[in-house]
Amino acid sequence: MIVGLESWTLARPEIFLAAATALLLIYGVVRGEIATPFVSVATSVALLVTAALLFLPYREGTAFSSLFIVDRLTATMKVMVLVGSAVAILMSRAYFEQAKAWRFEYPILVALATLGMMLMISANDLMALYVGLELQSLALYVIAAFQRDSVRSTEAGVKYFVLGSVASGMLLFGSSLIYGFCGGTAFVQISGALADGRATEIGVIIGLVFVVAGLAFKVSAVPFHMWTPDVYEGAPTPVTALFAVAPKIAALSLLVSVLMGPFKPLFAQWQQIIVVASVLSMALGAFAALRQQNIKRLMAYSSIGNVGYILLGVASGTEIGIQAVVFYLAIYLVMTLGVFATILMMKRRNIMVEQVSDLAGLARSQPMMALGMLIFMFSLAGIPPLAGFWGKLYIFMAAVEAKLFIPAVLGVLASVVASYYYLRIVKVMYFDEPAEAIDRPAFGVNRVVALVAAFLIAIFSLVPQPLSLIAEAAAKGLFQ
Amino acid sequence: MSSWPILSLITFLPLVGALFCLIVNGPKEAVDRNCRSVAIVTTTVTFLISLLLWIQFDPTKAGFQFEEKVAWVPALNIGYHAGIDGISLFFVLLSTLLTPICILASWESIKVRVKEYMIAFLVLETFMVGMFCALDLALFYIFFEGVLIPMFLIIGVWGGKRRVYAAFKFFLYTLLGSVLMLLAIIAVYGQVGTTDLPTVMEKLDLPFTWQCWLWLAFFASFAVKVPMWPVHTWLPDAHVEAPTAGSVILAGVLLKMGGYGFLRFSIPLFPEATQYFAPMVFALSLVAVIYTSLVALVQEDMKKLIAYSSVAHMGFVTIGAFVMNMQGVQGSIFQMLSHGIVSAALFLCVGVVYDRMHTREIAAYGGLVHRMPRYAFTFLFFTLASVGLPGLSGFVGEFLVLLGAFKANTWVAFLAATSLILGAAYALWLYRKIVFGELTKDSLKGILDMNGREIAIFLPLVLLTIWMGVYPNSFLDPMAPAVDKLIGDYQAALKLARTAALVP
Repeated sequence: MIVGLESWTLARPEIFLAAATALLLIYGVVRGEIATPFVSVATSVALLVTAALLFLPYREGTAFSSLFIVDRLTATMKVMVLVGSAVAILMSRAYFEQAKAWRFEYPILVALATLGMMLMISANDLMALYVGLELQSLALYVIAAFQRDSVRSTEAGVKYFVLGSVASGMLLFGSSLIYGFCGGTAFVQISGALADGRATEIGVIIGLVFVVAGLAFKVSAVPFHMWTPDVYEGAPTPVTALFAVAPKIAALSLLVSVLMGPFKPLFAQWQQIIVVASVLSMALGAFAALRQQNIKRLMAYSSIGNVGYILLGVASGTEIGIQAVVFYLAIYLVMTLGVFATILMMKRRNIMVEQVSDLAGLARSQPMMALGMLIFMFSLAGIPPLAGFWGKLYIFMAAVEAKLFIPAVLGVLASVVASYYYLRIVKVMYFDEPAEAIDRPAFGVNRVVALVAAFLIAIFSLVPQPLSLIAEAAAKGLFQ
Repeated sequence: MSSWPILSLITFLPLVGALFCLIVNGPKEAVDRNCRSVAIVTTTVTFLISLLLWIQFDPTKAGFQFEEKVAWVPALNIGYHAGIDGISLFFVLLSTLLTPICILASWESIKVRVKEYMIAFLVLETFMVGMFCALDLALFYIFFEGVLIPMFLIIGVWGGKRRVYAAFKFFLYTLLGSVLMLLAIIAVYGQVGTTDLPTVMEKLDLPFTWQCWLWLAFFASFAVKVPMWPVHTWLPDAHVEAPTAGSVILAGVLLKMGGYGFLRFSIPLFPEATQYFAPMVFALSLVAVIYTSLVALVQEDMKKLIAYSSVAHMGFVTIGAFVMNMQGVQGSIFQMLSHGIVSAALFLCVGVVYDRMHTREIAAYGGLVHRMPRYAFTFLFFTLASVGLPGLSGFVGEFLVLLGAFKANTWVAFLAATSLILGAAYALWLYRKIVFGELTKDSLKGILDMNGREIAIFLPLVLLTIWMGVYPNSFLDPMAPAVDKLIGDYQAALKLARTAALVP
C-alpha cells in the first residue's frame, strides 16, 4: 500500500512535535545552557500548538497501513496529555533553578516522552503500541533521575528503569503470544481472528493477561504499583507532577483502546482482571496512604486510588463507562496539577519542604494557599459540591449500570477511608497550631497554575455539563 | 405566585455574603467587624425573604410550590429542581431563623478567625436551605453532603479540646452513611433514567428485594444523621466539642435532615420496604428513647446531657414518621420543628454560662438564680418546653406522636411514653443542679445576668415556642395537605402491591 498524503495529514500534530523537538534540541546544543529558558518556554508552546493542531481542523481515520488511528477519544486524550506536559514543564523552572539542575535537556526529554505518549494513544497495532510506549518510558527514566547529584532522584530513576523494563518485557511477551495465536499484530487482525474463532482463545487470553499486566504497571494499578511511592517521592517534584498526570492518562487511554478495541470479544475475561485490579487499587490507595508523612508519597497512593476508580469505569465496558473515564481523567488532571503547584510553593526560608506537618497552620500564615489546597483535597476526596464528586458519580453510575454492585460498594467504602487522609491535610492546615511559617509564595507560574486549577475546579463543580459533553463525544468515537 | 426565583434567592444569598466576606481585607479589627456585619445583614435579609414563602404559600395545595427547574447536567439527566411543599416549608424557615441567631450568639464568643467563621456559617446556610428545597436526588445529595465541609471546619477550628477527634468522627460517620445512599440514588437513576424527584416518584417501580436494599442504603445515611441508636455516638462528641453556634445548628437543623429524608425519600420511594422495616425502626427508636434518656441522667457535661436528650427526642420523630398516620407524621414534623427551636435554645443557654465561666461541667455551677434571674427564667422556660409542658411547643409534637403511635401499636406508644417521665427527670435534675441551690462557689459570685444581645437572641425563640404551643394550627394546617398526600400515596402503593401479589 502506498503511504498517501492522508497519512501525513492525520499525523501532522505528531510530526510537528517531533520536528519542533528536534529543532529545539539543535538550538539547545548550539547555544548551551543559556538557551534553557527559551527552550523550556518554546517546548511548552510547541506542546500547546500540537494540541491545537489536533482540532484545527479535526480529522479522523487510520494512517500508515492502519498502524495509527485518530478519533475523538484519542484526540481528547492527547489534548489532556499535552496540556499536562506543557504545564508540568512550566512549573519546573523555579525548582530546578534552585536545585542547580536547570538544563535545556529537561523540556526536550519531556517533549519526547509526550511524543511517545501520543503514539501510544494513537496505536492501532501492537508493534506501534510498543514503540510508542518505549519512546515514552526511556525518556521518563532519564527524567526521573534528572537531578543527578541527588541520591534519591537517581535511585528513583534506576528503580523506575528496572521495574519498567520488566513490565515492558511482559508486554512484549504477551504481544508475541497474541501474534502467535492470532496471526497478526494489527488490532483489526486480532479482533478479526477472535471474531471468527480462528484464534485459540486460551492462548490469546494468556497473552492478554501479560499485556494487561504490562499496562497495569504503567498506570500503577495494584498489584503492579510498587514502584509508584518510591519514584514519586524520590523524583524531583516537578517530575512527580508530570508522572502523576501525562503518562497516567496516556497509559489509561491505551488500556481503554486495547481492551475496548481488539479484545472486545474477550470482555468477560478481561473484565474480571480489571475489576480485581480496580478494587485492590482503591483499597490500597485508601489504606496505605493513611499514615504517610511525605506529601509526595501520599499523592502517590492517592494516584493509585484514583486509578482504581478509573479502572472501575473501564471495567464497566459501556459507553457511559468510557465517558466516565474521560471525565474523571480531565478532573484528575486539574486537581493533580493544582496540588503539585501548591506543593512546589511549599518553601521555608527558601528551602523546599515536603512533609505533611510542614503545612501546619497554613490557613493562618497563607490563607489563600490553604484555601486552594482545601478545595483540591475535598475535591480529591469526592465530597460534593466539588468537581471530584462529579467524577466519582460518573464512575459509579457506570459501575451500577454494568451491574458491578459489589465493586461499587467497595469503591464507595474505600472513598470514605481515603477521605480520612485528605481531611488530615485539611486538619493540619486549619486546625493545628502554626509551625514555622511557610514563605509567602513568590508570584510565578506555580501560583498561577494553582489559582487556575482551583478556579477550574470551582467552575466544573457548578457547570459540569461542558466537560460531560466532551466526554460524551470522546466515548462515541469508540462505539461507532 | 411570584415569578421570580425566590427559593434560589434564599438559597444563594448567603453565598453572596460569603463572597463579600472573602474579599474583605484590611486590619484585623476592621475585618472582624465588617464580616460580622455582612453575616448578620445577609442572614437577616435571607430570613425576611424566607418569611415571604410562608405568606405566599398556598396551604390548600398538596403539591410542590415555588418550583424552579433548570436543566443542569442534561448529559446525565440531572436538573436543578427546587420547590417546597408543606413538609419542607418550615424546615427552610427553621434554617433561615437559626442562622442569624447563631451569628448573633457568636458575636463576642468567637474572637479568632472571625472572617473564616462567618464564611463557614454562610456557606452552611446555603447548603441547609438548598437541601430542604432540592427536588432532585442528585442535587439533594450534593447539598446533604456539602454540609459536612463547613461543619467539619466549624467543629475543628473553633471547637473545644478534643475538637479534632470530634470533627473527624462527625465527618467520617456521616460520610460512611451517605456514600451508600449515593449508590442507592444511582440505582434509582439506573431504573428511571433521571434523578428528578417528582418523575422518580411517579415512575419508580422496583421489586420488593430491591426496595429493601435501597431502603437500607437510604436508611444508613438518614439514621446516622437523625441519629438513631446505635449510630448516635458521633453526636455527643460533636456537640460537646463544637462551639455554641455549631451545636445550635447541629441540633436545630442538621439532625432534622435525617427525619426530613425519611419523609421525603424513604417513605414515598420505597413504600413496601417502609412497611417491612417499620417494626425495626420502632425498636431502634424505642431503645433510643429509653436508653439515651437513662444515659442522659448520668452525664456530667451540660452539653452532653442535652445531646443525649436530642437522641431521645429524635426517637419520637422516627416513631411518628413510620406509624404512617396523620397524627403520627404531623406530630413527627412538629416535634422536629419544636426540637429545632427548643434544643437550639438550650444549647444557647449553655453557651451563655460557658461564655462567662468557660466550663460546661454541671458540678461547676449551682445557685445561679441568685445572680441571674433573667437567665434562670429563660432556662426554665426551655427546660419545660423540652419536657413537654402543655402550652409550649414540645407538648404538641409529643402528644401527636403518641396519639399516632397508640393507633398503630399500643406497646410502642406505652414504651415511648415512659420517656416523658425520664425526660422530665434528667431535664429538671440538670436545671436544679445549675440554677437552684445556694450560691456557694466563689467563681460564680461575680457572674452577670444576660445582656441585651442575649435577650435579643432568646426573645424570638421564646415567642415562637409559646406560639407553637398555644396555636399549633398555624403550623399544622399548611403541612396537612402534603402529609395527607404522603399517607394517601403510601396506602395506595401498598394496596397496589397487595393486589399485585394476589394476582396469580
